[in-house]
This record gives sequence, C-alpha cells and structure tokens, in this order.
Amino acid sequence: MEKFTPVKRSEDGQPVRYLIVDDSVFARKNLARMVETFGGQVIGEAGDGVSAISEYERLTPDIVLMDITMPQMEGIEAAEKIVRDHPSARIVMVSSVGYQENIVAALQRGARHFVQKPVKPEVLYEVIKYVMRDDGTAARGAGAGA
Amino acid sequence: MRMDLIQPFINSADAVLAQGLGSSIAIENLSMDEEAYRRKGIAAEVHLSGEIEGRIIFDVDISAAMQLASRLAGVEVSETDEELVREAVCELANQIIGNAVTTLNDQGFHFHVRPPKQHTSEQGSKSSEDTEALVMGFTTSSGNVFMNVALRYCRRNGERAAAAG
Repeated sequence: MEKFTPVKRSEDGQPVRYLIVDDSVFARKNLARMVETFGGQVIGEAGDGVSAISEYERLTPDIVLMDITMPQMEGIEAAEKIVRDHPSARIVMVSSVGYQENIVAALQRGARHFVQKPVKPEVLYEVIKYVMRDDGTAARGAGAGA
Repeated sequence: MRMDLIQPFINSADAVLAQGLGSSIAIENLSMDEEAYRRKGIAAEVHLSGEIEGRIIFDVDISAAMQLASRLAGVEVSETDEELVREAVCELANQIIGNAVTTLNDQGFHFHVRPPKQHTSEQGSKSSEDTEALVMGFTTSSGNVFMNVALRYCRRNGERAAAAG
C-alpha cells in the first residue's frame, strides 16, 4: 500500500479519530487498514445505522465513514439523525451504490462527501484531507502517494 | 432478457475484478441457464426489487476467493479463514452489483438493492419464462468467477414509481 503523509487534527496535532460503519466486517477491516496508512486511528466500528448513532454519541469521532445499504437502518438515514443532533459531524458516505440521486440525498441530509467502492486509497485520502480542511493538516508539499 | 439490463453487470464485474485481483480478466462464456442454479465455489446472492426485479448470484472458485480475500485484506488468507473468505466474496458482490446499479439508476431505472447474503445451499431457484438466468464465466489468473443473473423489467413497478413522483 502507498505511503501517505499523516493527516492530523489542527488543534492538537493528534491523529484523526474514525468511526467506521459498514455491515460487512471485511469492508470495515479494509477501510480501517486504509485510514491507518493515513495516520488515522479507528476508535469504533458499527454494522448498521442504529449502532452507528449510538457509537457516535459515545465516541464523538472526527470522521464517520458510512456505508449506505445496511440492515435495520440505512446509512443516509443514520447520517441525517447524527447531523441533526451534531451539526458539525463529518460524515463521508462510502458505498458501491453511487448513483446521482443517492449522492444528492446523502449530501442534502448532511453528509460531507461521497466515495464510491471499490475505494481507491488515494481518492479516500484526498477526501479526508478535504473534509478535515478546517481542522486537519498534512505536511505541506506532500500529496497522495508521496 | 433485456441486454441493456445485463451489460452494466458485465462491465462492472470486469472493472471490479480486475482491480480486486490486480490483473486482467476474460469473459469465457455467456449462456442462458434453464436449470436450477448449482453452486460451484463460495457464493453470495443479492436481490433487487422495484422496476427491475430478480437476483444475482456471484460465485467464486475457492482458489480465486482466497486470492481476492488476501488482496483485499492485505494479509495472506488461508482456507481455514473460511468466514473471512466468504465475507470477501460478499463484499466483492456488493461492489460489482452496486456499481452496475449505479449505472442503471443513472439511466432512469429505479429499484432497491438488499445487502448481499452468503449463498450456502448447493442449488438456487430455477429460472422461468419471466425471469431467465444468464450465466457469465470470467477467467482470472487465480481461478474462475461466475455470475448468474436472473432479472426482469417490471413495467408496473416502474409506472407506480413514476406516478409516485
């Protein structure tokens, strides 16, 4: 896997803390491995939208990576509920189902960005930097794949 | 069977498998299947409902499934990690079908996809006149991958969705 300049929180220089939400254990592991190469720390995982909401309340992560198609409660609904209670929540939808209608619905309900599966690490890295832009730093002059 | 419904699945499987395995793949055969589906390796099934209805079974040779799981997990996966290999096949099915669904939706077809489930029984349902099954065989450097697609266009559901706005 490529090496990336770590993305840190600007206020304290600490690693970005992630909550990963996906009904596939395999997808969660894969995303966790990816964000660790960005210098991130996975502080929690959830397998459906209901657990995602309770885990967000408990952990208040810096970023949530959220799948859409999940049992019990789908990702867009979970994102909407999280953002309603926590307007500053940074939620990035990560799904293989990336049609325009779905993306627009996710963004309208508070998600900050959308990444389509299969996830390319360099794409996710740029999205993380963008979403953390008010609060995240990466060493100047170094980009994806550096 | 309408080929405009099937082509996105072929394109998506080609792209996702090539990325997942890190090598090119070839479509070796394409046939209609009138018999009940027989599982060949590790399989996952996805159901669609709405304007397009039916199911897709994604079936991977054990050797190819292990290689896919190893590549996706970033660690060597052996036959003893059976659950992890099954999960990998489900996730790959999710990605292939999700990408195809994206294309179909952007073309104006509206339907819902349920999360993939492991397909563990030896046989699947037999296709009918309404829902013919198309079987695609992909040859990869690690083994064979099969996709069995049984879908039909359901005009009534499409009209209902259009009327609902």
